[in-house]
Amino acid sequence: MSKIKEELKYSQSHEWVMMMGADTCRIGITDYAQQSLGDIVYVDMHPVGERVEAQDTLADVESVKAVSEIYSPLSGTISQINEELIDAPEKLNEDCYGSWICELEEVRGTDELMSAEEYRAYLATLEQ
Amino acid sequence: MAEKTSLYEFHLQQNGKMVEFAGFWLPVQYPAGIVREHLAVRHQAGLFDVSHMGQFLVEGPEAADWLDELCTSRIATLAEGQMRYGCLCNEEGGTIDDLIVYRRDAQRFLCVVNGATHQKDWDWFVRHQKDGVRLRDVSQNISLIALQGPRAMDIVARLMDAQKLPQRSYRFCEDLRIAGRRCLISRNGYTGEDGVEIMMDNADAMTICSAVMDAGAPLGCQPCGLGARDTLRLEAGMPLYGQELDEQTTPLEAGLNFAVKLDKEFFIGRKAMMQKGLKKIRVGLKVRGRGIAREHYDIVCQDRRIGSVTSGTLTPYLNEAIAMGYVDVDHSTQGSEVQICHQRRQMTAVITDLPFYKRK
Repeated sequence: MSKIKEELKYSQSHEWVMMMGADTCRIGITDYAQQSLGDIVYVDMHPVGERVEAQDTLADVESVKAVSEIYSPLSGTISQINEELIDAPEKLNEDCYGSWICELEEVRGTDELMSAEEYRAYLATLEQ
Repeated sequence: MAEKTSLYEFHLQQNGKMVEFAGFWLPVQYPAGIVREHLAVRHQAGLFDVSHMGQFLVEGPEAADWLDELCTSRIATLAEGQMRYGCLCNEEGGTIDDLIVYRRDAQRFLCVVNGATHQKDWDWFVRHQKDGVRLRDVSQNISLIALQGPRAMDIVARLMDAQKLPQRSYRFCEDLRIAGRRCLISRNGYTGEDGVEIMMDNADAMTICSAVMDAGAPLGCQPCGLGARDTLRLEAGMPLYGQELDEQTTPLEAGLNFAVKLDKEFFIGRKAMMQKGLKKIRVGLKVRGRGIAREHYDIVCQDRRIGSVTSGTLTPYLNEAIAMGYVDVDHSTQGSEVQICHQRRQMTAVITDLPFYKRK
């Protein structure tokens, strides 16, 4: 069973969003995502200052086996990246809700996100 | 629709993450994950289901000479109980498959071929069949597991009289018993470690596999999936059919010179190989700095594309981004620096010797 945190918002592409203020948020990948990816060995994040639209790429995450893209669940501007992941990408496996990928400011599109309950129901449809 | 191997239930018991591969449901990894599975094989042992591989029996008074016409390596000089790696090539010298030929006695041979090319290989065998050679595809009846790693021989020795086991690499013994069930044990593998492959009837596969796992668990044996199989063979510099080998590539271009006996009078593809020389050559690559080179990424030297990557990963044991690929022969010098490019990714790599890992 994938772990879900009640206080977070979720996207269909398995990113979590933590609202930090009215228009800033922190983004990471869910337990379901890290389990699907397997052992993560490399993270390449887009730079601070880049403007992204919802569904644009925020980072490339590579496991031993494959390359995957992490999509932005929201529109906004990258205001901070978690540089700790550059040398310790395995933290995304070990503590996916504690290890954020980046922070966005001036965010738009939060209405599209799912609550924990909705995300749980969404996962159930995938696991059937 | 993919088939289940006889060990499907074993994979479910071990919570394997099942994927389709070569027409079979096989685990890509177990809960331990590719990194831990890989390291288990380097330090202790790992157990793999490789039942997707195909097995052909080649028998008869002409079997040895006939196999020598189809295989790039030398078959007629094999002793009973000995096996050898080689390639099947087409008339142009391109590689149809790589395989291992086992000599059971003077007139009886067993070929183990790749799962994904099984049907193509069988068609090739049948097309070239001649009098004095009987062919039988027994793939459907046979299961195959590989036990690999420094503790592998200790583990099988717990299951049977160790003196009955093959004492040297690329030797095999038939009619052995594990948990009372009959099997063939060969000393070979696809990981760069010492170890065995165990072949048995489907009906005996669960019993034998469970016995090996039970004997191995106290010694650190870990069930391993296709993911670790791939990273291990890559680290050991071994080609994989479909990645480093295909019908447009000769075994000489793949650097498999040890398995290509051009001094044999004849084998299919020999003439073309003698005539055309090397258009490209397989090399090892180590990425400098950050980044991982992956299949299909371009290899570039001074703004000119000189080849492409065929396999690449961040290897769990060496903890480096390594890759294999083909480059123009003129650019294959050890130590030369190249760029690896794919869309907006770019990294620097150095051409290196294969294998990346060699056991001590």
